[in-house]
Amino acid sequence: MSEITNLLLLLLVLINLYLLSATRLSTSIKFLAAQGVVLAVLPLSLHGLHFSIHTILIPLITLVIKGIMIPNMLFKAIREIEIDRENDPYVGQTASLLCGGLFIIISFWVSERLVLPLGVTSRIWVPVALSSVMMGLFLLITRRKAITQVMGYLVLENGIYAFALALVQKMPYLIEMGVLLDVFIAVFIMGIMLNHIKETFEDFDVEHLTKLRD
Amino acid sequence: MILLLVILPLLAGALLFMVRRPAWNPFVLCATALIHLVITFSFWTNEPDPAFNDWLALDALGLLFLSILSFIFMLAAIYAVGYLKEEKRLHETDVQRPHLFYASLLFFLATMSLVTLSQHLGLLWVAVEATTLASAPLIFHHRTHEALEATWKYLVICSVGIALALLGIFFLGTAIKAEQGSLILSDMLQYGVTLDTYWVRAAFIFLIIGYGTKMGLAPMHTWLPDAHSEAPSPASALLSGVLLNCAFLAILRGYQVLSAAGQAMFAQHILLLFGLLSLGLAAAFLLNQTDYKRMLAYSSVEHMGILALGMGLGPGAAFFVLLHSLNHSLAKSMLFLTSGNILLAFKSKKIHSITGLVRALPWSGFLWISGFLAITGTPPFAPFVSEFNLLGVAISGHRFVVAGLYLAALVVAFLGMGKSVLSMSQGDSSMAPAGCKEKSVLVAAPLILFLLLLLLGVHIPEVLSGKIMAAARLLGGVQ
Repeated sequence: MSEITNLLLLLLVLINLYLLSATRLSTSIKFLAAQGVVLAVLPLSLHGLHFSIHTILIPLITLVIKGIMIPNMLFKAIREIEIDRENDPYVGQTASLLCGGLFIIISFWVSERLVLPLGVTSRIWVPVALSSVMMGLFLLITRRKAITQVMGYLVLENGIYAFALALVQKMPYLIEMGVLLDVFIAVFIMGIMLNHIKETFEDFDVEHLTKLRD
Repeated sequence: MILLLVILPLLAGALLFMVRRPAWNPFVLCATALIHLVITFSFWTNEPDPAFNDWLALDALGLLFLSILSFIFMLAAIYAVGYLKEEKRLHETDVQRPHLFYASLLFFLATMSLVTLSQHLGLLWVAVEATTLASAPLIFHHRTHEALEATWKYLVICSVGIALALLGIFFLGTAIKAEQGSLILSDMLQYGVTLDTYWVRAAFIFLIIGYGTKMGLAPMHTWLPDAHSEAPSPASALLSGVLLNCAFLAILRGYQVLSAAGQAMFAQHILLLFGLLSLGLAAAFLLNQTDYKRMLAYSSVEHMGILALGMGLGPGAAFFVLLHSLNHSLAKSMLFLTSGNILLAFKSKKIHSITGLVRALPWSGFLWISGFLAITGTPPFAPFVSEFNLLGVAISGHRFVVAGLYLAALVVAFLGMGKSVLSMSQGDSSMAPAGCKEKSVLVAAPLILFLLLLLLGVHIPEVLSGKIMAAARLLGGVQ
């Protein structure tokens, strides 16, 4: 089973790297949806196919929220927008990709020095989660479009979620559902605000949002 | 019984959200706030039973913060009803969907109550994130460009910050080695010594960055001045007066776990660092403020710095830290409510466009000046007692550098705020629009807070100091 787990974890990182180098918003959303699906399947690869809340209900909810509903909301937000591209981000695509590689190296270096939690079957689990968190933060800081910031937040959250899966035994499923619900409502409200930004400024550039300062 | 504190405002909010009858809004809001207040204070004598396998329980710390929340919410609710009515009349703005504001206020109350009641650290996180979501519509209330910007920053920065706190909680989960361990606070404290040191330390760093973002600690405070100045004044009073406390409570829960794991010193060093940073940065920004609501917001950053610094001084300061969080809530809510009266009359948030406040609005002018004196720690008001005693703890612990920096920041903040408050209060009142009157309900709420600040400055009733002492004991305060 651990080979499948490793493969899935690797997929998570590859999607992150793609998001760092992507220019088309609609493709990015599709890859984000794929990441949601990978996260939903991940616990199955870990526990095998037996019936429990952790292996049936949580993956199902993850699939619906992260794989379907959130990407749908993002697609709705970019509809009617003419420019489907992330134009001149603060850090260019190639440089972003290099930074992504650097984050992976740092994550592995840090993880080597940590005492791994009990029951973690894959050695790359923790570094994958940590590097996702870093790449999410990086996307948030270096992109100009409000919608890409939401995607950065989601990549970050997915990284944290991947870490949580590693210690799923200690997390009650009600809390996991609460976390999923919070993220869902957060993206829902951000989606509403995205629509307001779009109506007011006719695009998503956060440069419009720099009026308030000291 | 404690479940009612969350469910009641949740249902009341849902009711307003769905019924959409403007006449219902004020009544449902105030009635819910009153019932919430009565239930909360009934817990002062009858300790409630835990619910949901100890996931929800009310300990002394939770009770203290819940009481502050419930009391200030009551006043803010009454004020909000009068404020929105006056705003509609004076500014002739027709706010779309007013029920959304009322419903969000009630959701906000529900989620903050859940923060004070959560004993499971995961649930606590869910509750803190939910407070962000419930309060975002409050900030967006006026639907201007500025409100849009403030709401966007608030949503993104706080959600990201709090996401990092979630990672911190998972690190704590990783640190658990004991078989019976769980993320319930009592279990964490009981098996504290068995926690893995490295993971616990890493967890605390993420917790303080995450919840510190919400609490407004520098350098993660950037959303705070925008959000607190763009929100309508009753909402600002709640954001500053009670929401920051809720985030502080979440950090204190982390501190409790670290203490149990024998890492209290590590936590204190980090708290001290963030405390000094916030104090210094806020003092610098207070010197040259042009917007009086932003000035109040930076003052909140300063006081959150004082709270973090106080915890950094060690358990001996715990009592005064908790007392100060109460005092800050009272004083800052009073100032934000008063700022609402000024904004209604003058229609400007700029300091230089307001003069002759005392003559134009005698009550609000008086409250504005006394609020300034209270928040800057001038006797005889209550914050003086807590700020002065914190200085005493620092000096008796031979931390002279910390004490010196702390004192310097307080003086700079006093000068910076004093300059602005005086220039607003004095002078001729010709800039005041003609015929502005102060509604009694808009004066009553801050006036009650003023009287309380005066009373607590002179004498702290035994029943209150007993409750604070009990809460301080949970933080290792030796009394």
